[in-house]
This record gives sequence, structure tokens and C-alpha cells, in this order.
Amino acid sequence: MLEILIEPLQYGFMQRSLMTAILVGIICAVVGSYLMVQRLALLGESVSHSVLPGVAIAFILGVDIFLGAFIAGVISAVMIAWVRTRSPVKEDAAMGIIYSAFFSLGITLITIVQKNNKIDLLHFLFGNILGVTTRDVINTSVIAVIVVGAIALLYKELLFYTFDPEGAQASGLPINLLDFGLIILMSLTIVASLTTVGLALVVALLITPGATAYLLVKRLHQMMILGAVIGVLASISGMYLSYYFNIPSGPAIVMVAFGFFMLAFLFSPTHGVLTHPSRGPGLAQSQIWQEIRGLLATKK
Amino acid sequence: MTPISFPNRQAEGIHISELEVHYRRVLALKAINCEIRPGRVTGMIGPNGAGKSTLIKAMLGLVTPVQGKVCFQNQPLTKQLDQVAYLPQRSKIDWTYPATVWDVVMMGRVRKTGWFHRFSSVSRRLVAQALDRVGLSDYRDRAIGELSGGQQQRVFIARALTEQAHIFCFDEPFAGIDKKTESVIFDILHELAEAGHIVLVVHHDLGHSIVNFDDLILLNRELVAHGTRKEVLNAENLQYAYGDRIAFFSEAA
Ligand SMILES: Nc1ncnc2c1ncn2[C@@H]1O[C@H](COP(=O)(O)OP(=O)(O)OP(=O)(O)O)[C@@H](O)[C@H]1O
Ligand SMILES: [Mg+2]
Repeated sequence: MLEILIEPLQYGFMQRSLMTAILVGIICAVVGSYLMVQRLALLGESVSHSVLPGVAIAFILGVDIFLGAFIAGVISAVMIAWVRTRSPVKEDAAMGIIYSAFFSLGITLITIVQKNNKIDLLHFLFGNILGVTTRDVINTSVIAVIVVGAIALLYKELLFYTFDPEGAQASGLPINLLDFGLIILMSLTIVASLTTVGLALVVALLITPGATAYLLVKRLHQMMILGAVIGVLASISGMYLSYYFNIPSGPAIVMVAFGFFMLAFLFSPTHGVLTHPSRGPGLAQSQIWQEIRGLLATKK
Repeated sequence: MTPISFPNRQAEGIHISELEVHYRRVLALKAINCEIRPGRVTGMIGPNGAGKSTLIKAMLGLVTPVQGKVCFQNQPLTKQLDQVAYLPQRSKIDWTYPATVWDVVMMGRVRKTGWFHRFSSVSRRLVAQALDRVGLSDYRDRAIGELSGGQQQRVFIARALTEQAHIFCFDEPFAGIDKKTESVIFDILHELAEAGHIVLVVHHDLGHSIVNFDDLILLNRELVAHGTRKEVLNAENLQYAYGDRIAFFSEAA
């Protein structure tokens, strides 16, 4: 058993990708908790897809892919806010419009670049444990320190702002700066996750561990800490699954995270479906079933 | 007994002049002029959509007026938000948020604590006192989603008390609240006024509870009347504001 865990560690690539996956598991859960409590899961989805053109342009210009992805992510988030505040279009529609446009531009650019270079779109979409370089490990570590440090320092202000934006503004907090700060932290987190989870699935690692923890604890910082533990466990197990079964690392991590979520969903002491069967009625008494029966009865 | 301590009895009120607010094309408030005096419980009344919430928000800079000024001590009020405690209309809050009663009341201390600092023991004591004052000490570790509407409202009152503010703006603190909680909250409002603070409260009920207000502001997009309760509360003013004959607690006038 122990050998199964130790054997892969003799390879440098596995050490690097495990290291990155652990860091990513932590920061995704922490930042994702803010997205979840603000009901902004879709924003995480949007920004993660919107980094693609940045990746392609960075590739063309020969600069760091992390930098390109980060800039594209922030620009997309700012454009979403712009469309939402300057037109009657609602936030979710704005996200759908912006991120599909960015994603399309990214696919187009990558296809063009692919003609002369070896660059694999699938690796960006779903993660690739063979592709984690020492440079990536350093970048991810720096990002993790920035993200965790910023949230530790601004925790009470961010709690106030995300719970009650108007109250926070009325007490004189610079809420637009706080909001922008959260966008920066989210973009950094997404960029750090590119190599191991891939942009198509980052949103799962942002939301699922925090949501799992949300079913088990009742304060934000507890949700972040427990979410980080779940995120790390999912990341590590996903990496091993990826190694042994030769599947992309992103989907492997996400499936493990989903497994944890289902466990909490079914068995949480406070919210569990099975531990609290009284909360939701069974199929026979469920409302939709009763409505169907009501319709059938009137037809007769 | 020691002589009554002199709280910061700044005799100045809030002066609102020519305040006008638009939402896109809709005129929400038209040229409002009035003064909100310290040491009085001031009620703001008017029909739904009259602009009561908007007036408070414009005073605090939460919406930007197209013209007009809101001054306190000859300075724009928006520059002195550290002196203000604001209680938003209840419906705006997400009650499923993962926070306990303690966490929410602690938010009142965020600004006073300052960036990058941890909450001090003084803050913790103030929060404990405020919870005690609203009768929620036993609930401090409850998730806010597991409280009744009246208890949730008291949590926000406690949060306002911890801010050690001079100006208190409460938007409908009595919505959906029973008589007992109502009298607890009115007691607190009277105490704040007696200590020389500025207390502005949006209120809906023109019944018996109206006697708790010293001054009234009657609003319907424009300022219909303002002054002492007796000056404002008459059939003529109310008919003008509500566009209909409306029953009110006439002994109060
Ligand atoms: N964000 C907004 N965008 C556009 N119009 C708004 C907005 N908020 C309020 N309004 C409009 O401005 C007017 C005043 O609204 P406000 O919320 O200030 O009324 P109110 O007196 O507080 O009403 P209530 O008693 O229902 O709380 C209303 O006609 C409302 O439709
Ligand atoms: Mg209102």
C-alpha cells in the first residue's frame, strides 16, 4: 500500500505536479469560498475560460504564459462588470456573453499558433501532470503566498463586504477596491491552477471543496480551512489516479472532489439528505408527484 | 451615584439641502431640504416607493445624487462615515451566509479596528455588551440563518450599537417584528437620542407606535412636511403624501 504512494515520487515530474496540486487545492478552496458565498460561481467559470486568449498571445509573444493568462482573466472580469453596470443586461448574461467571446478568441488563436508549434490545447483545458516545470512550481508557490497572505490580512474586511456590501460601504470601506482585489486573487488562483486542473475544470476545484465544507461547518473561516483540507486531499488522490490510470489530472481531481461532496451531501450531521430524511419528502409525497397526480385526476 | 456622564453632545444636526436623486430616468427625490436634529428620535414616513431608503442611501453616499448637499458639522457627511451606523433594509441580506451572530455583530468593529489589525479585547467586550443589550447573549454561536426575523433584526441593531457612532440610520427596523421586540428597539432608540445622538428611522406604521417619534419627515418623492410630530401629523399632510384619506393615531398629534 505504502509503496503505491511512494513509488511515483521517484520521478521529478510527479514531485513537481504533486507540489503544485497541493498548493492549488488550498488556494482554490479559500478563494472559491468567497465566490460561493457571493453566488458568483459563474464568475469563476467565466474568468477561467477567458484566460485562453491570454495563453495564446503570451505564446506568440514569447512571454510567460502565467502573465498572459492573468491579464486576460482580469480584463474579462472588468468587462463583465462594465457591461453589467453600463447596460440593463444582468450579470449572468454579461458573463455568458463575455466568456464565450474570450474563449472563442482563445481557441482561434491557439489553432493558428498550433500550425507552427507544438502546443496542445487539451493540456490547457484539462491539465497535464507531465507538463509541470520547476518554473511552474515557483510561480504557483509565489501566487499561493500572495493569495493566502492577502486573505489573512483582509479577512475581516472581506467578510463584512461579502456579507453586507451596503453596510460595508456605509461604514466607509472602499468596497470597489475590495471587489477588485477579490477579482485579482481569483484570477491569480485560476492561473496557478492551469497546469494541474486545466481551465475547463478549475471552477470545480473553486466551488466543490468550499461547498462540501459549507454543509459541515457554519463560519466562513472554518469553511475555508476545511475546504482547503478537502481540496488538498482531492488534488493528491487525483494526481495518483492520473499517474496510475494515465488519465488527465483535472478530471481525476474533480471526480474525487465530487465524491467528497456527495458524502457530505448525504451524511452531513446538519444538512445531510440521509441523516435528515425528514427535511425533504420522499418521492411518493414529493410535490411534483402530487401535482402530476392532481393533473391526472382532473383529466378523468 | 456619579453625575451623569456627558456624552459627545454635539448640538449640530445633519443639514440636507436641495438633494435630488435620479435612477436612470426616474426621479426618485426632488429638491429635499431639511434638518435632522440631534437628541431626537426622527421618524421618516411615506408610502412605498416614496424614496425613504433612497434618501438614507443618498445621505451616506450609497447612491450618488445629481445635485444637493448633505452636511454635518459643515463637512460633507460622506467624508465622516466613521461617525455613522447604518442598518440596511432586511431583505437585502443573504441569510444563508456562513456566519454566526457573533461574526455579524463583530462587523460593527471592522472600521474602528483598522486595516491589518485584529479585533481588540475592547471590541470583544463591546460586542458582548451589545448582544446583552438586545437580549441575544445566548445566541452568539448560532448561525444567522437559524434565527427568527425579529432576532435577526436585533443582531443588526447590536451591530449598529458596537460602532460607537454618533449618527444612527435605521431602514425599517420594525418590519415583521412583534410588540415585545418593538419596545426593546424603541427603548434603545430613546436611549441613543437621550445621549445626544442623531437617530433617523424609516417607519411604516402610522398607528400607536408613532408616538415614539419626536420629529417626523414625511416624504413622497418630494418633502411633504417635516418638523415635530405634532406639526407633521395632520390629515392634510397625510392626504397629500398618501393621496388618500388615511387613518393615523390621532391622539399622537
Ligand atoms: N436601484 C434602483 N434602480 C432604479 N430605481 C430604483 C432603484 N431603487 C429604487 N428605485 C425607485 O426609486 C423610488 C424610491 O425607492 P425607495 O426604495 O427609496 O422607496 P422607499 O420609500 O424606501 O419604499 P419602501 O417603503 O417600499 O421601502 C421607487 O420608485 C423605486 O422604484
Ligand atoms: Mg425602503
